[in-house]
Amino acid sequence: MTRFILRRVAQALAVLLIVSFVVFGLLHALPGGPARAILGPRATEVAIAAFNHENGFDLPLPQQYLRWLGNTMHGDLGFSYKRNASVSSLLAETVPRTLMLVGLGTLIAVLIAIPVGLLQGVRRNRPLDNALTAITFILYAMPAFWLSLLLIDFFAVRKGWFPPEAPSGGPLQMLANPSGLVLPVLTLSLVTIASFSRYVRSSTVEQLEQDYVRTARAKGLDSKGLVWHHVLRNALSPVVTLLGLSLPWILGGSLVVEAVFNFPGTGFLFWNAAQGEDYPVMLGVVLVVSIGTVVGSFLADLGYAALDPRVRDQIGQS
Amino acid sequence: MNSRTLDAIASFKQNRLAVTGLVLLCAMVLFCFVGPLIWPTDEIHTSLGDTFLPPGPGHPLGTDDLGRDVLGRIMLGGRISLIVGVSAALIATSLGALYGSLSGYLGGFVDSVLMRIVDAVISIPTLFLLLFMAALVTPSIGTLIAAIALTSWLVPARLVRGEALGLRNLDFVRMVKVMGGSSFRAVTRHVLPNTVSTLIVNATFQVADAILMIATLSFLGLGPRPPAASWGGVLSNGLQYEYSGYWWLIYPAGLAIVITVVAINLIGDGLRDALSPRSAR
Repeated sequence: MTRFILRRVAQALAVLLIVSFVVFGLLHALPGGPARAILGPRATEVAIAAFNHENGFDLPLPQQYLRWLGNTMHGDLGFSYKRNASVSSLLAETVPRTLMLVGLGTLIAVLIAIPVGLLQGVRRNRPLDNALTAITFILYAMPAFWLSLLLIDFFAVRKGWFPPEAPSGGPLQMLANPSGLVLPVLTLSLVTIASFSRYVRSSTVEQLEQDYVRTARAKGLDSKGLVWHHVLRNALSPVVTLLGLSLPWILGGSLVVEAVFNFPGTGFLFWNAAQGEDYPVMLGVVLVVSIGTVVGSFLADLGYAALDPRVRDQIGQS
Repeated sequence: MNSRTLDAIASFKQNRLAVTGLVLLCAMVLFCFVGPLIWPTDEIHTSLGDTFLPPGPGHPLGTDDLGRDVLGRIMLGGRISLIVGVSAALIATSLGALYGSLSGYLGGFVDSVLMRIVDAVISIPTLFLLLFMAALVTPSIGTLIAAIALTSWLVPARLVRGEALGLRNLDFVRMVKVMGGSSFRAVTRHVLPNTVSTLIVNATFQVADAILMIATLSFLGLGPRPPAASWGGVLSNGLQYEYSGYWWLIYPAGLAIVITVVAINLIGDGLRDALSPRSAR
């Protein structure tokens, strides 16, 4: 296991290094260079030269990269002149809210998708499975923003049960006023359930075809005991990997949901920055969500290896 | 056509769901490309006297906030979605296939480096990267195709790389080297043709994903600029006026997206079943 962890840490660090190259590259892909993009089109040549000198943009590229990397590691992600706040303070404010939204949405999704997928796998190709497959298939094809529009139209506009806007304040204040959270969390959960339950279903079907299931049946184990004691654990361990792999996708879903419900999270911050061409904020968010994804998939792999010895042996050796 | 292709076509034809998907998709293509010829609408000029008209004789699906015909907008929006979706999927699949097969065929250190690059870019959430690119350049059909292709070649690259790793050790591929052929020849003539079924299935799903992405980008206000119409654009109009009861701005465009994506996914599932060797047995 130690060898597995070390290998996986080295891999994650290599990936992070390349992510840093990409983000640094994006910084230099800004129209007219970073100074022009940050100071605006009307900045004078003198101001641009001064900005470049002050921020080290007149140094050779490798030196610029090291300087940028050093700043980033010290938590200095740049300054948003449009909002007159440091990018790290904006992130510190919004990341906890997004974590709460994504965490709640994913948790509810997993709690619903696992039993649904398991039930479908066990009742494969019966009417119940077909009905659930049809529902998840359509949900899967539904863009998150349209789903939230439908939910708003029904629950907020027609019935008036829940507000169509997210509550303000920190995550704890939001949790204290949960009615505003219902629709954003519901949207995120529903789109996630659609993809997760399909996965759990096929994973269950695959397990039910394994030899150990036939052996257990031959030894007289009933279906209930078989599913609960044998199939469940084997069918679920890939779900941990799925969680890690789905993170970029879930964060994208969260951005859409935040934009629809004016939920003041990181996705909303990014969306506003994209519309206002606030590049320092955009780069900071891209960097942070990417690091989050790398760390998330690293943890998911560790979890998978802890659950399934075959995986860690395989990766430890290769 | 060889017998395997014929077998695959026969198996696809027997799959009722896949055929339904194909019929739905053909209907959508006709609707988007032939529809505007039968139902021509003015999507360029605004007509502020006709804003938010409910569905009626002159406008079967009503009008939007600028008095433009919604049915016409959905047809034109579908055109852009399908063109961008198919082009982006083709480019992304070709790029990914070439990258992945080279990586898998060469193996070793090169493969590790190339795959770590894929890991890195894949961990930047696509929507964030796309919004970043959309903020950098004024979105047009060309830039949308490029942006979506640039963010979606990673999955086919991984898939093909996995297959290439297995293929490179097979005799007929090794022979190329023995006979003095280049790596490029081995990859393009022998590795890639054997990954075609994987690529076809993946490309199909890529089209569906790309259509969802365009809709999302347009909904977020970073899609093709007016006068170009888009499904996501109609829906963001619907969100703006959510309390006004203009249901024709919410339901038809969303249904168009779902029908198209469901149809393509059904075709993709059908192709996978028809082309995978397991079901051929």
